[in-house]
Amino acid sequence: MDNNVIVVENLKKSYKKADKNAVDGVSFQVKKGELFAFLGPNGAGKTTTISILTTTLAKTSGKVFINKMELDKNQSAIRSKIGIIFQNPSLDPNLTGEENIRFHSVLYGLYSFSPMYRFMSEDYKKKVANLAKLVGLETDIFQPTKKYSGGMKRKLEIIRSMMHSPEILFLDEPTVGLDPESRRNLWEYLEGIRKETGVTMFLTTHYLDEAEDAEHICIINKGKLVADGTPDEIKSSVTGEFIIMKTVPEKMKELQTEIERTGVRYEEENNLFKLYISGGEQAQDIIRNIKVKLTFLDMKRITLEDAYLKIIKEELLT
Amino acid sequence: MKQHLLDEIAIIAYRDFLKFLKDKSRIIATFIFPVVFIGVLGNSLQSNLGKGVGFNLILFTFTGVLAQTLFQSSSSGIISLIEDRENDFSQEIFVSPISRYTIILGKVVGESLVALAQAIGIITFGLIIRLPISFGQLISIIPALILACITGAAFGVILLSNLSSQRSANQIFPFIFFPQIFLSGVFVPIRSLPWYLAILARISPLTYVVDFVRGIFYHSDPSLTQVTLFPLWLDLLVISGMLFIFIIAGTVMFTRNERNR
Repeated sequence: MDNNVIVVENLKKSYKKADKNAVDGVSFQVKKGELFAFLGPNGAGKTTTISILTTTLAKTSGKVFINKMELDKNQSAIRSKIGIIFQNPSLDPNLTGEENIRFHSVLYGLYSFSPMYRFMSEDYKKKVANLAKLVGLETDIFQPTKKYSGGMKRKLEIIRSMMHSPEILFLDEPTVGLDPESRRNLWEYLEGIRKETGVTMFLTTHYLDEAEDAEHICIINKGKLVADGTPDEIKSSVTGEFIIMKTVPEKMKELQTEIERTGVRYEEENNLFKLYISGGEQAQDIIRNIKVKLTFLDMKRITLEDAYLKIIKEELLT
Repeated sequence: MKQHLLDEIAIIAYRDFLKFLKDKSRIIATFIFPVVFIGVLGNSLQSNLGKGVGFNLILFTFTGVLAQTLFQSSSSGIISLIEDRENDFSQEIFVSPISRYTIILGKVVGESLVALAQAIGIITFGLIIRLPISFGQLISIIPALILACITGAAFGVILLSNLSSQRSANQIFPFIFFPQIFLSGVFVPIRSLPWYLAILARISPLTYVVDFVRGIFYHSDPSLTQVTLFPLWLDLLVISGMLFIFIIAGTVMFTRNERNR
């Protein structure tokens, strides 16, 4: 409990007029400073959970502690400790980048209101300049945000959400709709911010490669938690690693006998053998026992995406 | 803490006002209706009925339309919170650590400022067409107009708390505002209504707002008793009561509906 900034116990949410719980008894913890990825297909309950954790939606039952404060009793205090990057852009297109940030800063009680930038405090100007530099928006910060590209908008939202130095940053599909370069850029900035500030990041995403770098992953499906662990733990809970091998058609039978003799679990598909192993050492043992001449040999680590799809698929069957 | 509260209200209001100034089509639309109402309706009423009623009907319509425009503008401005919360910036406002009352209060102030900006346009139009408006009347009417804006905004809050989406807002808006415009005596005096319409007129918030603005405007005019329905104190009492109930109950209901979806 000590090191956990988010504790969720048996959280349930049922929307009015819905016959099923959108979130159905979910429990998990997020440690301080962690990059936590919350994954699941569309409609699994991710956004519902994030809305509850960020105090914009009331839960039906269960307990939630944010920064050791109980959610229902300390909403305002919790809101001042969290930052949120929403799924839909939440900038005011009529205002400039700086005005959007100024609005946020005044709402969070950081600085006094002034209708003009030049009357804002030196401290404010310095902070905006520093953050803008960090994400490369120095020159565009005084432009109306309707002129911004998708990537720039996201960056501005990140600066804005960091103005009040939140302890937890919620990122609800932050890179959706961005091109690969902007995506990579954004992640570099986010990593930079994480290193500099030690902020805990709570991420939902559909890009599984983004979650590969997470320290902790939960997968939710149909309102229930179906996996909880590090990316490695989740991958190995599915299969871990595998070897792919192939030989000429007339030797296939012989190869199969040799594989069976090793006792490893395998699948045959399109004249290709896929052997599930637990690590490199086992791979070496297996290869040593294969005498048939191979035409193809490869060893692969399962990706998080493979594991994720498999977990979700298995859930569908049950 | 107090300073914070003022800052928060100021920035929410500032943003609303800025949004209005940058929305040219909205600015044009808000001036066209009053001009048409006062110019066309007021003039034709005056030439047909003016002699019979014994007072200037264009001026009567002018004061009515002025109060009604402010009331309706700030009401619909508040309702824009529904649209906002669905797709843009208001998400940002709703997750900030400020209280829901502050959000509503900021919106009320902002939309009242927007409505008052429109009042300047309408009054200028009135002066251009040479309505008999004295300087004293202009000055004394200002607080009444501010009250009209705030009451309209409060009415918007209570509507807001009972609406779930922008679509339902658009559907219900004509039903709530059009009957009120006619029942509250914006264009014509409503002294002799059949009893069932008289009841509706008396439960319509706009009736008291229009009557109050006229009460102030015609304060030292001999036609005061002809153009107003109730004494000033009664208008003020009803308006204060509505303000209090609409804002408190509206905000409580709005916040509850917002979180208990």
